[in-house]
Amino acid sequence: MILRQAWRMLARDWRAGELGVLAAALAVAVASVTSVAFFADRVSRALVRDAHQLLGADLVLVSDHPWSPAIAEEIPRRGLAAARAMSFVSMVFAGESSHLAGVKAVSENYPLRGRLRIAPAPGAPDAPAEGGPRRGTVWIEERLVSALDAPVGSRLRLGEATFEVAAVLTLEPERGANFFNIAPRLFMHIEDVASTGLIRTGSRVWYTLYAAGPRAQVDAFEAWARQRLERGQRVDNLESGRPEVRAAIERAERFLGLTALLAAILAGVAISLATRRFVERHLDGCAVMRCLGATQRRLLALYGTEFVLLGAIAAAVGCLAGVAAQGAIAAALAEMLRAELPPPAALPAVQGFLVGLVLLLGFALPPLVQLKNVPALRVMRREAGRPKGGALAVYGAGLAALAGLLFWQAGDAKLGAIVVLGFGAAVAAFTAIAWALLRLLASGAVARRVAALAAMRSGPAASALRYGLANLRRHARANAAQVASLALGLTVLLLLTFTRNDLVDAWRRSAPPDAPNRFVIGVQPDQLEAVKRHFAEHGIGAPEFYPMVRGRLVAVNGRPVSESDFEGERARRLVEREFNLSYVERLPSHNAIAAGRWFAPSSPGHPRELSVEEGIAKTLGWQLGDELTFRVGADAFSARITSLRRLRWDSMKVNFFVIAPPALLAEFPASHIAAFRIEPGGEKALDALVARFPNVTVVDVAAAVRQAQAVVDQVIVAVQVVFLFALGAGLLVLYSALAATEDERRREAALMRVCGASRAQVTGIQRVEFLAMGLLAGLLATGGAAAIGQLLARRVFELDLPPSPWLLVAGPLAGLALLAFNAWISARKVLAAAPAATLRDSV
Amino acid sequence: MDATQTIAKTRTLLRARGIGKTVKSGAEDLVILRDISLDVSAGEAVAIVGASGSGKSTLLAILAGLDTPTAGTVELDGADLFALDEDARAVLRGRAIGFVFQSFQLLPALTALENVMLPLELAGRGDAEREARAMLARVGLAARLGHYPKHLSGGEQQRVALARAFVVRPKLLLADEPTGSLDTESGATVIELLFELNRGYGTTLVMVTHDEALASRCARIVRLAAGRIVG
Ligand SMILES: Nc1ncnc2c1ncn2[C@@H]1O[C@H](COP(=O)(O)OP(=O)(O)O)[C@@H](O)[C@H]1O
Ligand SMILES: [Mg+2]
Repeated sequence: MILRQAWRMLARDWRAGELGVLAAALAVAVASVTSVAFFADRVSRALVRDAHQLLGADLVLVSDHPWSPAIAEEIPRRGLAAARAMSFVSMVFAGESSHLAGVKAVSENYPLRGRLRIAPAPGAPDAPAEGGPRRGTVWIEERLVSALDAPVGSRLRLGEATFEVAAVLTLEPERGANFFNIAPRLFMHIEDVASTGLIRTGSRVWYTLYAAGPRAQVDAFEAWARQRLERGQRVDNLESGRPEVRAAIERAERFLGLTALLAAILAGVAISLATRRFVERHLDGCAVMRCLGATQRRLLALYGTEFVLLGAIAAAVGCLAGVAAQGAIAAALAEMLRAELPPPAALPAVQGFLVGLVLLLGFALPPLVQLKNVPALRVMRREAGRPKGGALAVYGAGLAALAGLLFWQAGDAKLGAIVVLGFGAAVAAFTAIAWALLRLLASGAVARRVAALAAMRSGPAASALRYGLANLRRHARANAAQVASLALGLTVLLLLTFTRNDLVDAWRRSAPPDAPNRFVIGVQPDQLEAVKRHFAEHGIGAPEFYPMVRGRLVAVNGRPVSESDFEGERARRLVEREFNLSYVERLPSHNAIAAGRWFAPSSPGHPRELSVEEGIAKTLGWQLGDELTFRVGADAFSARITSLRRLRWDSMKVNFFVIAPPALLAEFPASHIAAFRIEPGGEKALDALVARFPNVTVVDVAAAVRQAQAVVDQVIVAVQVVFLFALGAGLLVLYSALAATEDERRREAALMRVCGASRAQVTGIQRVEFLAMGLLAGLLATGGAAAIGQLLARRVFELDLPPSPWLLVAGPLAGLALLAFNAWISARKVLAAAPAATLRDSV
Repeated sequence: MDATQTIAKTRTLLRARGIGKTVKSGAEDLVILRDISLDVSAGEAVAIVGASGSGKSTLLAILAGLDTPTAGTVELDGADLFALDEDARAVLRGRAIGFVFQSFQLLPALTALENVMLPLELAGRGDAEREARAMLARVGLAARLGHYPKHLSGGEQQRVALARAFVVRPKLLLADEPTGSLDTESGATVIELLFELNRGYGTTLVMVTHDEALASRCARIVRLAAGRIVG
C-alpha cells in the first residue's frame, strides 16, 4: 500500500517537475560509472589480450634444453591450446652473401595469441598472417632482405637445406622493443629444423612451449609446471614477461575508475542540492499531511520509497545509457584498433546500478529525513519547522557512503581515502573561504564604507550596491554553500577545458604520427660523417646520432653483482644482459630530470657521474649517490648516479637506461644509433645505405609504432568519454546550485516590488549579489582546477605541465559570466510574473 | 449501534481544561493563553472570536493537537491528546479531525482531485478517487478536477480545502478564519458550503473568526481577549 501511494507521489512530483534534476544527476552518475566499468572491463580485457599477444600466448615456458614430453603433453591434456618454438642463431646464405640471423622455428599454430604481420615486399602494406610459415618456406625481416639481397621469391640456404623466401616479416609481437640485441629474424617451420642439420649437441638453442586457454586452467597449469621446472627452465606470464604492460593497464583502469567516481561524486553533490530543494518545496505539503494524519514513520516510508523508486528507474535509465555509450565507444575503437573488443560482461551494469542507489541513499536520504520532522503546526505558523543541518553535515553523510563505494570499486583503500578526503577538504575549504569572504565583504567596516560611497553617489546603482551587499551578508551561509557548489562545478568545467586538452596533447605528442619508424644501428665512428651525409643527400632529414657503448654491470657500491642479488625476474634479466650505455653533453630533449641534477658542464678530469632512468633505478634498487661499476670489453669503470631521468618509452625515440658524460666514455669503443622516419616509398635510400655500409643495420619499427599509437589513442578516447560524463555532472551541479535559492530570491524580489522598488532596482540588487558570488566562485574554481590539474599531471599522467595562464583569466571570467547569465534569466523570471502571483504562489 | 449514537449525540466531544500557553520571548515570558476551559458537545457549532493577536489560532492549534500547551489538558472523544505522542495524535487527527485554514494549504504539485484524495490515500482507502470525485462535485468543482491550485481562484481553492476536510467524514472540523483570504462574495459561498456540509454530516464545528456576522451563525460564541475567555 505504501508502495502504491509512493508510486503515485512519484508520478505527481515528476509531473510537477520536482524530480528532473535529481533523476538526471542520478542517471548521469550511473551512466558514467556503468560505461566506465563496462569499458574498463572490456578495454582491460582487450589490453590484457593485446598484452598476451605480445607474449604470443597466455603462458610461455622457456628452456635451454628440450622439454620433457611429460610437460609438453600436459598442455593439450588439460584442454589448453599448445604451440612450440625453437630459437637459435645461425648464418644464412643467399648466393654470395651471408648474414647472421636469429632463427625462430615455430609449429603451425604459432602464435596462440596475436598475429605475426607480413608484407609481400619491403615497404609494402603489411597484413596479419595466419599462423607461421609453411614447410619449405621462411619469412625474413626487411634488414635481412637488404643484407642478403634476398627478395620475396628468392631462395636462401640454412645449414644443409634451402628455403624459399615467402614473405617479409614486419611485426613479431613477442619480440617487444628489444631490437638491438638480436640478429635479424628468420621464421621457419619447426618440422624443417631437422633437415638443416644445425642442431647438434652443444648448440645454443631455446625451446619454448606456449599455452593458452581459460584463465583458471592456465593458472592451474602454471602452478603445476612451476613445480616441475629444471635448471635452465622458466615460466613467463604477463606478470613476469611484460611487467610494464601490466602496470600500464592497471594505471589506465584505475584512472578511468577514478574519473568515473569523480563524476559520481559531482552527481552526488547535484543530488544533494536537488534534494534540499525538494525538501524545502515539500515542507508545507508534509505539514499538511501530518495534519491529515500521517505519522513520521509513514512520511519517511512514503518519501523514502518514492526516492528508491525514482532511484531504481533513473539508475536503470543510466545503465542503459551507459551500455549505449560504451557500445558506441567500443565500435569507434574497434575501427581504430582493427580488432574487436571482447563482448561486455554483466557485472558492470550491476555495479553501476548499485552505485546509483548508494549515491541516492547517501546524498538524498539525509536531507530527506528532515521532512519527517516537520511539525504539523507549520500549517498555522509558517516560521515553524525550517529544516536544520548545514550543507557540510549532508555532504559528510554522502561522502561516507561514497567512501565505502570507493573502497569497493577501486579496491584500493589508500587511493579511495585520498580522493574522498581531498574532495571533502575541497568542499570544506570552498565553503569556509566563501563564507569568510562574504562576511568580510558585507562586514560593518566594508558596509559602512560602501554606504558612504553610496551616499556620495546616490542613484539606483549605489543603492543596488548597498542592498546587494547587505543581501550577501544576510544570506552568508546559504550563499557560501551555493558559492562552494558553484565553484565545484566550475572546477570540473575548467579542468575539462584546460587541463584535459593539455594532458591529451602532451600525451599524443609522445607518440605522434610522425614518430620515427626506423632505427639505424651499428654506425662506426669513422662512418658517422658519411652516414649523416647520406641521410642529407637522400632527404631523410638529420636524425640525432647517439654513441652507444655496451657494458656489463659488475658491481654496485663496490659489491660484485650476481643475478641472484636481484628479486624478480625482470631485474635478473636486466642485469644478465649487457647495458647500452651512451654519453652526451646535454640532456636529450625527450628526457626530463626527475631527481638530482644533470652533469656539471664538462669539468676537467674524468667526471664520474651517471644519469639513470627512473624506472630501472627503482626496479634494481639504485639510488642517487650509488656507485655502479661496468665492464666494457676488458676494461671497467665506476661512477656515481647523480641524476634520475624520466623518459617516455613509447615515444619511439632513442632511449638509454644509463647515460654518462662524454669524458667518461669517449675512450671506449662505441657505435652510433639514431631513430628516424622514412615515408612509404623512401626505402630505396635505405637499400643504398646498407649497400654502402654493410655493417650498418636498419631496423623497421613501423608496426611497433602503430601498436603504441593505437594504445595511446584507445586510452585517450576512453579518457575523453569519461570526462564528458564528468562534464555533464558538473553542469548539473551548477544548475542545481543556482536553482537552490531561486524560490527565495523570487519571493524577496516580489516583496521588494510590493514595497515600491522599481524593476531596475530589483535586478540591480540581484546583479550585485550574483556577480560577487560569481567572481568568488570563479576564483575558487581557478585555484581548485589549477591544483587538481597539477595533481593529475604529476601523479597520474607523469607529465610536467605548468597551469595555463589562460586558466587564470578564464576561471574568474567564467564564474562572472555564468552568474551574469543567471542574473539575467532570474530577472526575466522574477519580473515576468506579477508580484501578487509570486507571493500567492509562495504562501 | 443506535444506542452508542444516541450517547454520542449528547456527550462532550472536545473537553479543554485549564489551557495555558507561555512562550519565551527574549528575556521575558510571553503569555499567549491563560487558563482556558471549554467543552464542545458532539454536533455543536462554536465560534471563537477576538481581536487579532488575542490567541485564537494558538488555541485552535492546541485543540487540534498541533501545538502543545504549557498547562492544561485536552480530551478528544475521551482520549487525552497530550498523553499521546505526536505520531499517535497524527493518527487521531487523520481519523477524527478536518481542517480548513485561512491560507488554504493545498499541495501545489497535486491537482484538485489529488488534494482531496490525499487524506483517503493516507488512510489507505481503496475508494479514494470515487469518494474524492463525489465530494468535489458536492462543492461544485466537478469540472475542475484536473486543475492545479495555482490555476484556481481563492474561493475555489478554499472549496477544494473544504472537500478535503469533509471527505474523511471527520467528527470535528476546525476552521481558522476560513474566509480571511477571500473577497466577500466568494467568502459567503464558502461559508454557505461549510455550514451545509457541517449539517449534512453532523460534524462538530469549531471556527475561529473575527467576523461577528459569521460568528453569529454558530450556536455558541466564545470571546477571547488577551489570551482569556471573556464571554
Ligand atoms: N511561538 C510563538 N512565539 C512567540 N509569540 C507567539 C508564538 N505563537 C503565538 N505568538 C504570539 O501570540 C499572540 C497570539 O497569536 P495568535 O494565536 O496567532 O493570534 P490570533 O490568531 O488571535 O490573531 C500573537 O501576539 C503572536 O505574536
Ligand atoms: Mg490567527
